[in-house]
Amino acid sequence: MAVLELANIAKHYGAITALTDISLTLNAGEVVGLVGDNGAGKTTLVKIIAGNFHPSEGSISLDGQVVQLHGPKDARSKGIEIVYQDLALADNLTAAANIFLGRELTTIARTPQEAELPFWQRKRGWRLFMPEILDYRGMYKKAGELFAELKSETRPRDLVRRMSGGQRQAVAIARTRLSNPKIVLMDEPTAAISVRQVAEVLNLIRRLKEQGIAVVLISHRIPDVFAVCDRLVVLRRGRKVADKRVADSSPEEVTGLITGALQSA
Amino acid sequence: MTTDTSLKDAIDQQTHRGFLAWLISRQIFWILLAVIIAIIAMMLLTKTFATPQNLFNVTRNFAFVGIVGLGMTAVIITGGIDLSVGATVLISAMTTTIIMHAGLPITLAIPASIAASLLVGLINGVLIAIVGMPAFVVTLGMMSIARSIGMVMSNNALIYEFGPDQAILFSIGGGSVVVGGLPIPNPLIVMVLLALITGFALRWTRWGRHLYAIGGNEKAAVLTGVPVKAVKISVYMFVAFCAGLTGFLQTGWLGSVTTGFGTGLELTVIAATVIGGASLAGGTGTALGAVVGAALIEIIRNSLTLLGISTFWQGTFVGSFIILAVASNLLRNKDTGE
Repeated sequence: MAVLELANIAKHYGAITALTDISLTLNAGEVVGLVGDNGAGKTTLVKIIAGNFHPSEGSISLDGQVVQLHGPKDARSKGIEIVYQDLALADNLTAAANIFLGRELTTIARTPQEAELPFWQRKRGWRLFMPEILDYRGMYKKAGELFAELKSETRPRDLVRRMSGGQRQAVAIARTRLSNPKIVLMDEPTAAISVRQVAEVLNLIRRLKEQGIAVVLISHRIPDVFAVCDRLVVLRRGRKVADKRVADSSPEEVTGLITGALQSA
Repeated sequence: MTTDTSLKDAIDQQTHRGFLAWLISRQIFWILLAVIIAIIAMMLLTKTFATPQNLFNVTRNFAFVGIVGLGMTAVIITGGIDLSVGATVLISAMTTTIIMHAGLPITLAIPASIAASLLVGLINGVLIAIVGMPAFVVTLGMMSIARSIGMVMSNNALIYEFGPDQAILFSIGGGSVVVGGLPIPNPLIVMVLLALITGFALRWTRWGRHLYAIGGNEKAAVLTGVPVKAVKISVYMFVAFCAGLTGFLQTGWLGSVTTGFGTGLELTVIAATVIGGASLAGGTGTALGAVVGAALIEIIRNSLTLLGISTFWQGTFVGSFIILAVASNLLRNKDTGE
């Protein structure tokens, strides 16, 4: 069964149409590349999946159930995580601190799930009188495990300020793993980093796939899409013009589809 | 992933640097060193510095700057600033004065002065966090408003009559506790306690962690679900609480309140926190830094007086330390490739 299914999604802003009739399925352990020129509607589509925008038409199903996503927090609680283009990391904090940002482990909240609750739910009953102290050891340990799982050499105690672009990506991706998501959306993860680091990030995406997570990779870099994706979806002017297995396509064809030299495939 | 041994070694080396290397990379170490050198020099150069009376004065003065400095450090860590602390000190002192002058008990004056200060902080916090105005402008406006309201409250009278609980008020702010034969001024004890609490909160609570995150990357904090607005409001209320405490203690110490109370305090306090290692760009700062910065400023002030140098020179010294502190920050960041 599809982890995520979009049926006839459309998005209008007044008279302007950003997306028209987009249908898309996403299976567990599948990496789908979402490509298209600037303004093709990639960001709008991702923001709909991430719960930032409501679609004007159409429906979203998770595991076969039609759902309404009320904001990014709701999407996150339903198993959809997003890695933002600028990664949303605080440079002055350690890798572990960034992974646990907003859901820090404490003497009261022992799991990330507990830590995500607001304090009036965390500190019920007798816990109200307990001092809530950060559990540094627990957070370093869990962060170390996540990096090991991703086969990244990033260390939990290092400051993000001192990290390479690839290591920063590892931190942002490890953060999504904290809540065992079903779907990870990645917005241009290879846009501003060196060649060696790109290889590192693509490996991270493969690790997510191995864990059975469905990944949507938004990218301008066609070679990266071909290196790591199973399937690719091409958007042009708000419409889906292609949805095919990477093995059945070629970079030339995809470029043609993006620019409009090829109408559809 | 390839194992690049040389790179790994290089990274490891950086984490496993010696204790000494770590120590000299800390701004607070150098400031602490400056404080110690200044103290030794003053003990050698003058007979008046190491007298109990002088030390009593120095530590008490420094405690007032230190208390507000702790709150200011928390604000500066979030990347904010509070210029209204001096005026909040006046509001707190005036509230204490009016209530006690009317013959009401000190048990009412303490909560009332703190509540008045917290209200100032709440207004600052709401305008900054919820309305989204720049902290500099909001607190600049509040500095003017709070001082003017304080003046209105005083009716331009110098008040030195504090009703039936006057003796208690004076003994809290001006008194001391004798520890091992040495009189420790009460404000110093309050500062030490507050420093311990603040230091603990910054390092060991989610609130503290969130302050650093907001200062480091506010957008990231919002996206990851940190309650940014609530944290920001709380931090402006915290600094206002510190200012309120200072206002109350200082009233008891001076025994009178004028409309000039706390004038210029905001700049001294900001100077102390910056000297102590907090960056106005946000994301860095410690409780110990605020205390050590305040100590350095007070020792400079005291030394100049004792050495017979015009106190007009104080600004030059304090200003030079601020610029030196920022310059050393810049140099260190260059080392780490930023």
